[in-house]
Amino acid sequence: MHRTGELSGQFQTLEQQKESATLGMWIFLSTEILFFGGMFLTYTINRHSYPEIFANASRSLDLRLGGFNTVVLIGSSLTMAMSVWAAQVGKKKLITTFLILTLVLGCVFLGVKAIEYHAKYVEHHIPGASFDINYCINNPAPCGLSGMDLEKETKEVEDSKKHEGGSQALNAHAQLYFSLYFAMTGLHALHMIIGAGLLVWLIKQSIAGRFTPQYNTPVENVGLYWHFVDIVWIYLFPLLYLIDRH
Amino acid sequence: MSEHIVSPKLYLLIFLTLMVLTGTTVYAATVDLNQYYAGLNVIVALVIASCKAILVILFFMHAYYSPKRTQLIIIAGFFWLAIMLSLTLGDYGSRSWDVH
Repeated sequence: MHRTGELSGQFQTLEQQKESATLGMWIFLSTEILFFGGMFLTYTINRHSYPEIFANASRSLDLRLGGFNTVVLIGSSLTMAMSVWAAQVGKKKLITTFLILTLVLGCVFLGVKAIEYHAKYVEHHIPGASFDINYCINNPAPCGLSGMDLEKETKEVEDSKKHEGGSQALNAHAQLYFSLYFAMTGLHALHMIIGAGLLVWLIKQSIAGRFTPQYNTPVENVGLYWHFVDIVWIYLFPLLYLIDRH
Repeated sequence: MSEHIVSPKLYLLIFLTLMVLTGTTVYAATVDLNQYYAGLNVIVALVIASCKAILVILFFMHAYYSPKRTQLIIIAGFFWLAIMLSLTLGDYGSRSWDVH
């Protein structure tokens, strides 16, 4: 059967068999481009409607954590590509090493995301009944605001309130940004969790010595999935964290 | 197998390039580019992000070394995305009444 790298009846050559598996993964990724694309489209329309609010809300995200996560995730793409290379050159132990490294980096990313989500919870930036764009001005300590930053933030919120026509309207429109933030990074995180599961599956097989230069298609294809998730983040990072940092 | 084995050196080079581009996009966000041209900040951000994505697709995902039919599927995915974006934004953009 194809799972051990033998030629299945419907293919003429092993190369064709491998290429169709990879092509299948790419077709799936095409659907994923549209899946995330829908949310990027929604983001575009809403940001165009409320540019100031999006800029202000974006500044409430911790850029250091976002930047760190970007480095971690791109690093995990490097280790994933290296595990494919290790399989191609027959270095079986290295395949496992790089797969584990990829998994660890993925988990670091998710851990940092959890910290960021918690910060949003503390600052009353989770959309819903408890959402309050004024919270951080009235309670600067838990939000980590003080001095110049607090003054700047207070001025921005007051300006936005005037522009929007009141606190209620401001809260309603600010929630658009945060709803998109949680929906997009949440969907992305869900994809990472699925990717982590796939990596565990690969690690088990690589420890059992399953992957060889002749058969490493699962590593290659999980790699394609992982790189795609990385690309989504490559777009999410500037659009969510870097709207206006000057 | 006719598959081309990409060297670790190239992977590392691509990774370092991606790091430089990441730093660049963070720096560009701290500069007010909108004073030179409306929306220049977001254009620069998207161009840099697209460069990063293209590098990942071509080299980490081996698209550079893939058969033409695979490359066609990759392009098709982005083409469909372009249809969705252009038609929907065209709809919103051509409204003469309040879009929100």
